[in-house]
Amino acid sequence: MSTPAYPHDWFARIPAQAADDLPVLPPESYWQGVWRRLRSNRRALVAGCFLLLVLLFTVFGSVLWPVDPAKQDPGILSRSYVASRTLPVAFPDAWQVPMVEMGEPVAASELLAPQGLQVVSATTDAVRLVWQPVAGATNYRIYRMEGRGKGYGIPLAVVPAQYTGYQDRLDVHAQPYRYTVVADDGVDESAQVASLSVTPTAVISLLDAQLQGLVPEDAVSTDREWVVDLPSHPLGTDSLGRDMLARLIAGGQTSFFIGFGAPLIYIFIGCLYGAFSAYVGGRVDEWMMRFADFVIALPFLLFMILLRVAFGIGAGESGVAALIVAMVLLGWPMAARLVRGQVLQLREQPFVSAAKLMGAPSYYLVWRHMIPNVMGVVIVSLTFAIPGAIFTEAFLSFIGMGVVPPVPSWGSLCNDGIQSMLVHPHELLYPAALISATVLAFNVLGDGLRDALDINLEARS
Amino acid sequence: MMRFIAGRVLYGVFTLWFLATATFFAMHAVPGDPLASEKAVSPEIRRNLEARYGLDKPLLTQYGIFIGNMLQGDFGISFTQKNRSVNDIIREHFPISAQLGVLALLWATFGGVVFGAVTAYYRNRWPDYVSVVAVIICISVPGFVFAALAQLAIIGLNEAVGKDVLPVAGWEAGSFRHMLVPSLVLGLGTLAYLTRLMRSSMLEIMDADFVRTAKAKGLATTRIFWQHQLRNAILPVVTVLGPAIAGITTGGFVVEQVFAIPGLGRYFVQAVQQLDYTVIMGTTVFYGAFLIFLVMLVDILYGLIDPRIRLAPEKLRQKGGPV
Repeated sequence: MSTPAYPHDWFARIPAQAADDLPVLPPESYWQGVWRRLRSNRRALVAGCFLLLVLLFTVFGSVLWPVDPAKQDPGILSRSYVASRTLPVAFPDAWQVPMVEMGEPVAASELLAPQGLQVVSATTDAVRLVWQPVAGATNYRIYRMEGRGKGYGIPLAVVPAQYTGYQDRLDVHAQPYRYTVVADDGVDESAQVASLSVTPTAVISLLDAQLQGLVPEDAVSTDREWVVDLPSHPLGTDSLGRDMLARLIAGGQTSFFIGFGAPLIYIFIGCLYGAFSAYVGGRVDEWMMRFADFVIALPFLLFMILLRVAFGIGAGESGVAALIVAMVLLGWPMAARLVRGQVLQLREQPFVSAAKLMGAPSYYLVWRHMIPNVMGVVIVSLTFAIPGAIFTEAFLSFIGMGVVPPVPSWGSLCNDGIQSMLVHPHELLYPAALISATVLAFNVLGDGLRDALDINLEARS
Repeated sequence: MMRFIAGRVLYGVFTLWFLATATFFAMHAVPGDPLASEKAVSPEIRRNLEARYGLDKPLLTQYGIFIGNMLQGDFGISFTQKNRSVNDIIREHFPISAQLGVLALLWATFGGVVFGAVTAYYRNRWPDYVSVVAVIICISVPGFVFAALAQLAIIGLNEAVGKDVLPVAGWEAGSFRHMLVPSLVLGLGTLAYLTRLMRSSMLEIMDADFVRTAKAKGLATTRIFWQHQLRNAILPVVTVLGPAIAGITTGGFVVEQVFAIPGLGRYFVQAVQQLDYTVIMGTTVFYGAFLIFLVMLVDILYGLIDPRIRLAPEKLRQKGGPV
């Protein structure tokens, strides 16, 4: 017997008590290892925490912020922030516009400025102006300027000369206005003007208060002073006066419903298809994969549009079901291919052969070797499929083919917001930021998961 | 090789036939009626109109006519735009979409290859970090957000300079100024994706044995970069050109809408919203044929470049999924 090439105590039995002293790593299962690697990846961890927050926000948000996303606050359109307010209710009262006899018309250049222009009352319900008649005027033109800008501002009305008062109810807010009254001869207006500045006090009109259920239908102004509390809108309102925060929460629910629903279904189907294909093998496998290739080649958007048509979803209607069905119909081949490849590879692995050799039943092989080993790839493809689905939803809703207003989704909110992007950027900004951040977080988490699941990566570095 | 090409072509034709048939039957499953938008017409006029559009014949006959016309390249007449055939619409508006798409694809492929190669070269140094972050952001932000931001940027630029440097929206035939920003926005997502792909493929190649051999032989770094690394690393980029073209085509729908460009995508979306049967059928089949043809071309091209593909088509072809 020649001298062995290794020290001969390598294969000697270790005495029982000495084994405890050996520096052994604590036993670690595959998934424990994955979790440890994932935890050490700070970026993925941050992304995961962020996603958890967004999920909590959409799921429990409607409990914490129980505002109806469809409820309109008619006085408050497209504001970026609205604090909570307590407002008196303005009851409509018949206001008599002062009337005088109309004189003989005079040329515009000879008309004087209206004298004694004054505010009778100024609330956000109505601003009432009166002035002294101008001799020879045919009409009075009323202009309103927001803030303290130059010029007359927007023309509000042309009142016949027998009226010497005007009531402005055109979308009045509690902010400074400058009113300008000019007499005219029916063609030209005088160069002499009267103007005054006023800041209306905030009130809520009876109709608005009743629409929002804040005041009973039979409320009478003589009973008492009516004062109502109005909610705040921390993220402002959209162009129809609906609360942005509530809409973002409701939109998130739709987006996540589609984003999780479709990929979960199609990856499940893909797994079954791929595993079956690989398991059966031969001719059947070849044809099944050829079919999968064929489905992949179908252009998604065209198919989606056809499905909408086939589902009878007309223009301007929401088609969440059609959206999910289209994604499922066209999404599964990706997962099927992946799983098939994995199963084919695994089948040749020595540990599978060893298990077979030792007489393991096939359910054990599937349960113990196939599923855990395929699981990693499936989870990673799921973390990439979810942002893909959210993206697709947003894209389709944006071109008006997925979720259509009034049903909110992040995509349809963006679609709403982009129309007033230049004036009210917050309506686009919030949903766009939420989509982007969520998809970004999913991508980062997916990268991290892929690295964590790859046992060889750690060994290499 | 001939067999491979023939197989691919057959495959494309089959997919196209399926798409056309699915379109036809989906259109006819609609509860709405293409003539419903006509103002109240007397039954006789209605019958005449139905006869004019062939709607009075049995379904299978209509299908036969549809396929027959399609084979002759005749897509019929639009239901909503009077006196305009679908062929006219395609002929007029597709070139605009195509110009935009080709330019976007150029940005995407050139940018992707260059950025990918450069970042791989500067692995784990700041250009790499910057581009990795930029790529993941570009992949995560929807195209319409970029489009909106680009418009805001143009407005800001124009105000800062004091004159219209770039148009905010719109289209003028042959005007590069009108194409520049929309095509950049359109290509951005694909650019990011290709950069990522190119980077990983380049990293793989940089560790390959033949590169080490080249270095050991004492070849110049630039020569190794151009001849050995870049040429090999570009191969996977070719594979995803098919999906990339599909992505740019559909992305065009959004960009054309935001930038008010009269491309075919915009008309297609409009046709779907108005249930303009013939336009939907015609453009679907046209788009389908276009995409399938290009994907087929890319497949064949790849087969020509890389002989391994012909022998083991499954291994290297990958990627898919919605949009």
